[in-house]
Amino acid sequence: MKRETSSIPPNALTLPVAKRDHIQGPIDAPIMLVEYGDYECPYCGEAYPIIKAIQERLGDRLCFAFRNFPLVNSHPHAQHAAEAAEAAGAQGKFWEMHDLLFENQEALDDEDIAEYASTLGLDVRRLIDEVLAGAHTARVREDFRSGARGGVNGTPTLFINGVRHEGGPDALLAALIERGL
Amino acid sequence: MNKEAKIEQRHLESHKSTALPAGAAAPDFSLKSTPDQTVSLGEFRGQPVVLAFYPADWSPVCGDQMSLYNEMLAEFHELGADFLGISVDGAWCHAAFSRDRKLHFPLLADFEPKGAVARLYGVYREADGTTERALFVINAKGVIHWSYVSPVGVNPGADGILSALEELQNRQEVK
Repeated sequence: MKRETSSIPPNALTLPVAKRDHIQGPIDAPIMLVEYGDYECPYCGEAYPIIKAIQERLGDRLCFAFRNFPLVNSHPHAQHAAEAAEAAGAQGKFWEMHDLLFENQEALDDEDIAEYASTLGLDVRRLIDEVLAGAHTARVREDFRSGARGGVNGTPTLFINGVRHEGGPDALLAALIERGL
Repeated sequence: MNKEAKIEQRHLESHKSTALPAGAAAPDFSLKSTPDQTVSLGEFRGQPVVLAFYPADWSPVCGDQMSLYNEMLAEFHELGADFLGISVDGAWCHAAFSRDRKLHFPLLADFEPKGAVARLYGVYREADGTTERALFVINAKGVIHWSYVSPVGVNPGADGILSALEELQNRQEVK
């Protein structure tokens, strides 16, 4: 069958937020915000406090999920940082590590990561072993693929209730208000 | 030029996409990928190949687009495809851009005569002197399976390419 020059499918979240995800807030909240991000990406670093402020403002009306989209050729530490956050998640402290990584974007080599794990009271040896063994590589790749199939072309990309947010993080609150959320 | 011809011309100008559609044979070409190496489309016969035209090295959206494809190379390869970027920039410019972005696929220089290959594919932008942001997925027999022209300022992402390559793979499995 021949096809005409066709359109790109709509930019919608391909993988619904589910148990696999790291979320903050009730999963049945009226507003679901999903970020595809990279811990070494400066624009994600800029989005980080903006999202925090929105979370504070909206409270239980917002559920926030973070998925990995490391651009590893541009950001040499992004892959290990993503896997370290997942490894911290395996010890129950995903968000604590997520926050520390974004708050220390300039220091993300393996030694820095070990230090953050120690600061958080994690089993440092286990975390580093998991990162070096690639225990969370597949999970990070799954996040990445789901993004690439859903219109994530760079970072950060945000989805509001499954629909890609076209403005930058600065315009996020306005977009939520405009949509009556 | 009479009035009707003018209207017709305006219509043609506004009728944007002249890109070769699915089903068309992909015109062969031979272009420099580095100052001393050339790449021909014919070399890829027998496997799918993705041809991504982009307006220019260094401009921000292209950078993101090519960086994204760089990250997706493993997926393209898993689907049996090779990937080629192509713009009107020269081979030395490509070399610097590629090194800066750590790109792991060839960038072809459609440089002399400028945009000749882009014209063959119907994606040269006369007014700008650059190419459209256009994607072609070419099958193992050298026929265009899917093509797409994105607005110049919009990164078309990888989704359409992946879908087209999956279709090709599924078709092969059915055979």
